[in-house]
Amino acid sequence: MTTIEHTAASPARPKGNRRSVEKAQGRMGAAFVSLYTLFLLAFGVLPALYAIYLAFTKKGAFVGFDNFLKVFKDYRFWPAVEHVGIFLVVWLVMLVIFVVLLALLVHSIGIRWLSNTTRFLYYIPGALAGASSVMLWLFVLDPTVSPVAFLLRAFGFDSLVSVVQVDRLPFVLAVIAFWTGAGGWIVVMYGALNNIPKEVLEAAKVDGAGPIRTAWSIQIPLMRKWIAYMVIMSFAGGTQLFVEPRVLSQASRGVVGQDYSLNQLAFLYAFKQSDFNGSAAISLMLLVVALGLSVYFVFKGGLFERA
Amino acid sequence: MTPGQWMGRALAILILAVFVLFFVVPLIWLVLAPTKTDRQLLLDMPFSFGSFETLWANWTSLVTFQKGLIWTWIGNSAFYCVAALVITLIISIPAGYAMALTEFRGRRLLLASTLVVMLVPSTALVLPIFLELSAVKLIGNPLAAILPFSFFPFGVYLTYIYFSTAVSRDLLDAARMDGANEFQVFIKIAMPLATPVIALVGFFNFTGNWNNYFLPYVTLPGRKSPIQVGLAELLSNVPAFNPTNAASTTISLSALALATILAIAPVLIVFLFAQRYLVTGMTAGGTKE
Repeated sequence: MTTIEHTAASPARPKGNRRSVEKAQGRMGAAFVSLYTLFLLAFGVLPALYAIYLAFTKKGAFVGFDNFLKVFKDYRFWPAVEHVGIFLVVWLVMLVIFVVLLALLVHSIGIRWLSNTTRFLYYIPGALAGASSVMLWLFVLDPTVSPVAFLLRAFGFDSLVSVVQVDRLPFVLAVIAFWTGAGGWIVVMYGALNNIPKEVLEAAKVDGAGPIRTAWSIQIPLMRKWIAYMVIMSFAGGTQLFVEPRVLSQASRGVVGQDYSLNQLAFLYAFKQSDFNGSAAISLMLLVVALGLSVYFVFKGGLFERA
Repeated sequence: MTPGQWMGRALAILILAVFVLFFVVPLIWLVLAPTKTDRQLLLDMPFSFGSFETLWANWTSLVTFQKGLIWTWIGNSAFYCVAALVITLIISIPAGYAMALTEFRGRRLLLASTLVVMLVPSTALVLPIFLELSAVKLIGNPLAAILPFSFFPFGVYLTYIYFSTAVSRDLLDAARMDGANEFQVFIKIAMPLATPVIALVGFFNFTGNWNNYFLPYVTLPGRKSPIQVGLAELLSNVPAFNPTNAASTTISLSALALATILAIAPVLIVFLFAQRYLVTGMTAGGTKE
């Protein structure tokens, strides 16, 4: 509102039309982004600053790294790091191998409607993110009701509790995450494959390259940027693991711990121990990882070049 | 075709088919489950159809659970997501437009921050946002979901990309020559061209918020919860998963499956109608024209 009053109050500059148009644009630009800037500060910058403040203080007094040391000494912290780490490795390997493979295969389907339908079927589970996908997988993983009970029993599982034992959990969580998210990435990779000029692939064929050789030496190298994007995004997202172990913990009678992942632990600090400082310390560490990856990708990955 | 090629093709088809099953089988099971009783779920073929009577019975038991709590949750979700959608569009579209087509002080800084925050998973800020909101005593207030849901840097980025590539500055300049002021240029020229990007931003914002579990779980407990949080809440009333539960009203497995379907229905419907747009949106993250 102040901008408008300001505009009305300031007399038109006689310096020439061009200049005043630029000024008007500058004012309007600033006015248009003001509300967004406010939200960016309130829900992007400020929470991060507040988390920094909480992480380094206790009851308002500066305590250095005490909160972090306390968290490191917590017997639940390192197991949680390990759980999230193993999950990330399993999930990212699964994601890279199968997403690339499936994108290549779907792309090689010559019949258009079949290729579209296949991609769409892979993609649908993306509608079930969050609690609903875990809910569905509770059924799928419970041999007493599962549609694939015969598979579970073939592996020797006869109850949900036996499926979600801690040493198997990274695989279980990876499968759930893959089921929900892989389709989206397959669509993205398919788009990347479509951008490869037909002549390049024709030339490879003329030179006698088979589909495997073409994929390995031409298509995959040209998809590299997208694969990197997927890995970085998924890594950042994966460190945040929360809903899946939380719902599984609720359903498995405590076999999956309430402190399985780092975010769950941060949650427990805030809600069970009323220790906001410890909670902020864990959140801050996770935030630094995510922010580091994001900054790296924005400035090194070329996202900022055209801006 | 040589035998080798034939084998290769067969293998490719096999892999594709196995993954179709992997992605689709759980969904088919989910659609059929509410037509069966818990006993049938355990004993019958997984892909058998129960009966419409059972479906009705499961529906009744679900919607009467704690006097229609499920409708409260779904209503909450709708309220939070629609309110956030409106605010998101009001703040993101002008912001993306201004960043793409006007010059103002701090533009590059704002753009860089937008890109960085956009790639940080939203869950990373959940606990810090909770701590902040509890410092200003907003926990339990609908604003505790609506406001964070309305901060959507990805939407600003999509709008920015759209306006910088799809709308030419010449067109806007022509309007200025005709005497339109900056605000009129935006409303009369830019907005009518922006329909596709408004749809795209709306889609990602709505589906993301509808499925968001972590943030409302910590900021809006109890009856204020949206359906995703409520769904997990229902789970603790299912005797099969919590045998020690002594609550008088319980939820059967089939009713839980039905609740899951209800919880995803809005997003699924939007998905089916909007699938064409999605590719554009998802690839916008890194393509360079």
